[in-house]
Amino acid sequence: MQGSGGWLEIARGDDALVLQAGGCWLVASAAELDRSLNRLDTLAAATTVRIDLAGIEMLDTVGAWLVLRTRRRFEGRGIATSIENVPQAFAPLLDQVAKGEPPEPVPAPRLGFAQTLRAALEFVGEETFKFLEAARELLGFFGLVCIAVLRAFREPARLRTVSVVAQMQRAGVSALPIVGLLSFLIGVVLTFQGADQLRRFGAEIFAVDLLGLGVLRELGVLLTAIIVAGRSGSAFTAELGAMQVNEEVDALRTLGLDPVDVLVLPRLFGLILALPLLTFYANFMALLGGALMCWIALGIPLVEFMRELHDSISEWTFWLGVLKAPFFAASIAVVGCRRGLSVERSAESVGRSTTLSVVESIFLVILIDAAFSILFAQLHI
Amino acid sequence: MPRSRSSSRSSISDRADGPIIRVRGLVTRLGGRVLHDQLDLDVRRGEVLGVVGGSGSGKSVLLRTIIGLMRPAAGTIEVFGEDLQTQSEQRRRQIEARWGVLFQDGALFSSMTVAQNIAVPLHEQLALRAPLIDEIAALKVGLVGLPREAAAKHPAELSGGMRKRAGLARALALDPQLLFLDEPTAGLDPIGAAAFDALIRDLRMALGLTVFMVTHDLDSLVAICDRIAVLVDKRLRIGTMAELLRDPDPWIQAYFRGPRGRAAITERAAGRSDG
Repeated sequence: MQGSGGWLEIARGDDALVLQAGGCWLVASAAELDRSLNRLDTLAAATTVRIDLAGIEMLDTVGAWLVLRTRRRFEGRGIATSIENVPQAFAPLLDQVAKGEPPEPVPAPRLGFAQTLRAALEFVGEETFKFLEAARELLGFFGLVCIAVLRAFREPARLRTVSVVAQMQRAGVSALPIVGLLSFLIGVVLTFQGADQLRRFGAEIFAVDLLGLGVLRELGVLLTAIIVAGRSGSAFTAELGAMQVNEEVDALRTLGLDPVDVLVLPRLFGLILALPLLTFYANFMALLGGALMCWIALGIPLVEFMRELHDSISEWTFWLGVLKAPFFAASIAVVGCRRGLSVERSAESVGRSTTLSVVESIFLVILIDAAFSILFAQLHI
Repeated sequence: MPRSRSSSRSSISDRADGPIIRVRGLVTRLGGRVLHDQLDLDVRRGEVLGVVGGSGSGKSVLLRTIIGLMRPAAGTIEVFGEDLQTQSEQRRRQIEARWGVLFQDGALFSSMTVAQNIAVPLHEQLALRAPLIDEIAALKVGLVGLPREAAAKHPAELSGGMRKRAGLARALALDPQLLFLDEPTAGLDPIGAAAFDALIRDLRMALGLTVFMVTHDLDSLVAICDRIAVLVDKRLRIGTMAELLRDPDPWIQAYFRGPRGRAAITERAAGRSDG
C-alpha cells in the first residue's frame, strides 16, 4: 500500500500482525492513509498488533492522530496493540496528541418515518411560537417607544432636534431620486395599461380617473412606504445592530442615556415627518408621468388631462392617501429599530435581523393599509 | 530535537538553509505616513520571534504585509524562500496553506461552530472524508486545551480566552510550519495569558513551529521568545533580551527598563536561579 507521501505495509508475524508505517504521515496525505487504515477493520483478527513507526520520516498532528486512532480501534476490538520504534524526534508530538485525543465520534442515529414526522411537526410548532413571540416583543417595544414619545412631549428638551433633521435628510431627501423615478414610471405604466383596456369601450379618457384615484389613494403612499422600508428600515437595523455588536448601545446606557431616546426617537420622528412629504412628491411625480403619457401616446392634451383629473378627485382623495403615511412611517421605524437593538454579537445576526426587519415592516405596511381600506369603507369615504 | 525535525521536514519542499522569512528594504505607507523605511528582517527556522513597538508604530501592519494582506510600497518579502508578490495566484494559495495566522480576537467566523471553523481550511485545501475532518477538528480542539463541549459552540458563546484558543486551533488546522500571532495574550487575565504562553511553548516543541508574534506582553516576551525585534524609527532592532538591554536607544531603554519591564525580567531571573 504505497501512498504518495506515507505508506503502510501489513505483515503477518509469528503470532502478531505487524503494521509498518513509513514515509511522510502528513495532513496532505491523510486522505489516502485514512482509506488504507479503514480497510484494516475488515482484516481477520490477530491476537496482538504491533505498529512499527521506524520508517516514518515526517509526522504531524494528523499523522500522529491516525496512528493513535488505529491503536484505539484495535484495542476496541479487544486486541492488544503496541506502538513501537517511535523515532526520538516524534515522541513529544505523539505525547501531545495523545493528551488531546478526541473521543471516537458517535455516528448520528438514522431517523425513522415517525421521528421525521415528529421533527417536522416540532419545527412547525417552534416557528409558530417564534412568530407569536416576535409579535409580543414588537408590541412590548412599541409600548416602550410610546412611553418615550409621551415623555418627549412633556419635556421637549429630550427630543434631539438636530438628529431628527439629520434622519429626515437621510431617509427623505436622499430618497428623492429613487422615489421620484419609480413613481414617474408607475404613473406612465398605469396610464398606458389603463388606456389600453378602456380604449375598447371608447373610454380612454377614464384612464385619467384611474390614475388619479389609484395613485393618490393607494399606490403613491404604498410604493413610497415600501421603498423607504427597504432603504431606511434596513439601514436602521444595520446601524443599530452594528452599534449593538460594538457594545455602543451598552455604553450609552452606562452614560445614563436611554437608547430609545437617543437612537429610536430621532429615527421615528424623522421618518414620520419625511414619509408624508415623500408621498406628496411621489404622487406629483406619478401624475406627471401619467400626464406626459396621455399627452404623447394617447393624444390627450394637458388641459384636458387637468380638467378630467379635477372632476374625478377631490381634496379628500389626496388626504386619505397621505394620512396613512405617518402610520406606515411609525411601523417601519419601530420594526427597524427593534430588530437592530435585538441583534446578538455576530455578523450573521446583523444580516438575519436586517432581512427580518424589511420583511416585517413591508408586511405591517400592507396590513395597516388593508385596515385603513376597511375603515374607510365602513365610514363611506 | 524539534528543530532538527522541522528542518528535515521542510527540506523536500524548499531550501532548508536560510531564514524562513526574509524581508529586505521594506517600505510601507499608510494614509501618506511612512511606517517602515528600508526595514530588514530574518526569521530563523524554529525560533519564536517577538515583535514589539509603540502603539501605531506598525507592528500589525508588518505582520499583515508579510502574510500578503497589505502591499508594500517597496522591498521584497520571501517566505519559505519564495517571493509571494511574484508568484501566481495558485502558487500563493499553496504557500499560504503552509502558515497559520491567529488574529487579535480570534477572527472566528461567527456563523459557524468552533469545529466548523477548524474544518474550513481542511475542506478547502484537502479532499478528506467527513468523519476524518470531524476527528481532526476534535483533535485540534483538544490540542489547544479547549474542553470537548466547546467544539459545538458558536464563538459568541465563548470567553475571550477560549476564542483565542479556538482561533489558534483553526490556525493549526493544516499543521503549518509557520505561525503568525497578533497580540495573542492581549485582553487575557494574567493566569490565562501565562497558560496561553505555556500552550504556545508546548505546541512549538511538539510541532516544531516557527512563531512570529506581535505582542505587548513583556511576560510573554521573556517567557517564550528566543529573539525580540523592536520597531523603532521605522526599522527593527533584533536581538535577545540581554542584547537589547544593552541597546542605548531611549525607547528600548524605557520599554525594558521601565517598572513593568524590570518586574518581568527580574521575575524570570529569580525563576531561573530557583530551577
